[in-house]
Amino acid sequence: MKLVVASGKGGTGKTTVAVNLMLTVASLPAQDRPAELIFLDCDVEEPNAHLFLNPELTDETTVGLRMPQVDVARCTGCGRCAEVCAFHAIAVINKKVLIFPELCHGCGSCTYNCPEGAIHEVLRPTGTISWGTVTTDGATVRFGQGLLNVSEAMATPIIRTLKQQLTATDPAAALEILDAPPGNACPVVETLRGADFALLVTEPTPFGLHDLRVAVDVTRKELGLPVGVVINRDGVGDEGVTRFCAEAGVPILLRIPQDRRVATAYAEGIPMVTAFPAYREAFRALYARLREEVSA
Amino acid sequence: MTTADPQQLVILSGKGGTGKTSVAAALAHLAAQTLPLVIADADVDASNLDLVLEPQRLETHDFASGLVAEIDPAACIACGECEAACYFDAIVPGEIYRVDPIACEGCAACRYRCPVEAIRTYEPQVGQWFLSDTAYGPLYHAHLFAGAENSGKLVTLVKQQARLRALDDNRPLILVDGPPGIGCPVISAASGATLALLVVEPTLAGVHDLQRIFAVTRHFGVPAMVLVNKADLSAARTAEITAFCRAESVPLAPSLPYDTIVTEAMVRGLPVTAYAARASVSQALQETWALLKAHLAL
Repeated sequence: MKLVVASGKGGTGKTTVAVNLMLTVASLPAQDRPAELIFLDCDVEEPNAHLFLNPELTDETTVGLRMPQVDVARCTGCGRCAEVCAFHAIAVINKKVLIFPELCHGCGSCTYNCPEGAIHEVLRPTGTISWGTVTTDGATVRFGQGLLNVSEAMATPIIRTLKQQLTATDPAAALEILDAPPGNACPVVETLRGADFALLVTEPTPFGLHDLRVAVDVTRKELGLPVGVVINRDGVGDEGVTRFCAEAGVPILLRIPQDRRVATAYAEGIPMVTAFPAYREAFRALYARLREEVSA
Repeated sequence: MTTADPQQLVILSGKGGTGKTSVAAALAHLAAQTLPLVIADADVDASNLDLVLEPQRLETHDFASGLVAEIDPAACIACGECEAACYFDAIVPGEIYRVDPIACEGCAACRYRCPVEAIRTYEPQVGQWFLSDTAYGPLYHAHLFAGAENSGKLVTLVKQQARLRALDDNRPLILVDGPPGIGCPVISAASGATLALLVVEPTLAGVHDLQRIFAVTRHFGVPAMVLVNKADLSAARTAEITAFCRAESVPLAPSLPYDTIVTEAMVRGLPVTAYAARASVSQALQETWALLKAHLAL
């Protein structure tokens, strides 16, 4: 099962749900546990899951965009590269090629279209991905995360590379949990591609509801994924989210009550199932519900 | 910069859900009591500011941006050249090939490569932007359609409109509610800002994310001020943030206590300072506004 934990609104508890679910499944007896456990932190702008899972990161690789480089000896200054660039990242002035790296999407159109074969591509680093393992309760979780370099704009290529780097040997027998970035734009969509299920974490407030509506649109309508909701900090706010879920036919798979002790443990980087093992039962039930929903 | 140039205050956070929008709404309410301002919601894929400002929508505009490729099924010969050309995994092979419009980056590499010219590109409508009237000033906001690209461009557009309005009406302040993260829309939101107010929560993740968003504001030369929200959640983490600010010479606004009255105000659709002016969180926000006003020389 490839499960993406997403939210629309930030700070609703995506990482909390993703981490605690993984820790709970990892603690199941070997025969009830998926053969392979994989956790990917796809919030490459602000990755936080490592703070709670303390992975041992053993490998790292640089990720970047394939940027054009012009061989001036071959370039005739014809301007074809600037003409084909959909992102206005190339200008040709006085037969000299100027490249604006921050606008380049690394698509390769200029390289392909150059009539002189004067362009080749070099990697411009925009971030890193790193991976390793988390050992917990005798189970091993393969862990990966991406990190966008400060001042870089494009998170999506890093997410794409991370997903390609850590794949399940047998996806049917694995549990893969992907912790998505907030929002509803392209980085979230890249995280959701190829998922079996989208678990949307929200809080029962007008802000939470507004962003949940959009998140349901993205996941169910645009991407055709089955979706379920986790209501975090249940008890604050109002009944809007519960009403919306009933009307839209979106199942509420878990309610996590507002609990200041949980918030305090979170502040120190302690997952709730570690601080308060009683919560394991709730996450076990969530996992069972998810398996039913995915097999349905 | 001339004296007529409006000051641009952007609220950012790195980590999501730290209280940017609640703070922005309160500051809009407080600022409007002493000066005319323009408000911009730059969180275009999860815009919430309008939920607490009771806006009256005056204008709606379509926003089209970027390109998407499309394969003509009648012309496609399934040669696979487009798939080889695409760096973004956006070509779905089959008896005839098709484009996954969500994965498509709009680069047109496939169009150039197709030997039978079966591919065209078009500019999709990816969102809308709005002008609304609120009790605190005009609000420029937007909605990016589900899963669309180019949120940075939509943010830039919203901010440009807000700036033109501020110049036209001689309004000295533009208050910008920013998106979470540190990437494309955040860079657009922070660009040209006079001051960034970084709203953080005193948690391990909050401290971690503060360091990254602060590095972004510094990289782009935007001065920052830090506001700790829910400060009493962890005295130790609040002290850590204070130490960080001192080391980096970043001014700190008065901390806000954890108070469910903020959520109550949100449910009522009001800025917390308008809903409960005497709550300690509102008083801290009033002090914060006074400090910001001095920093912005307003």
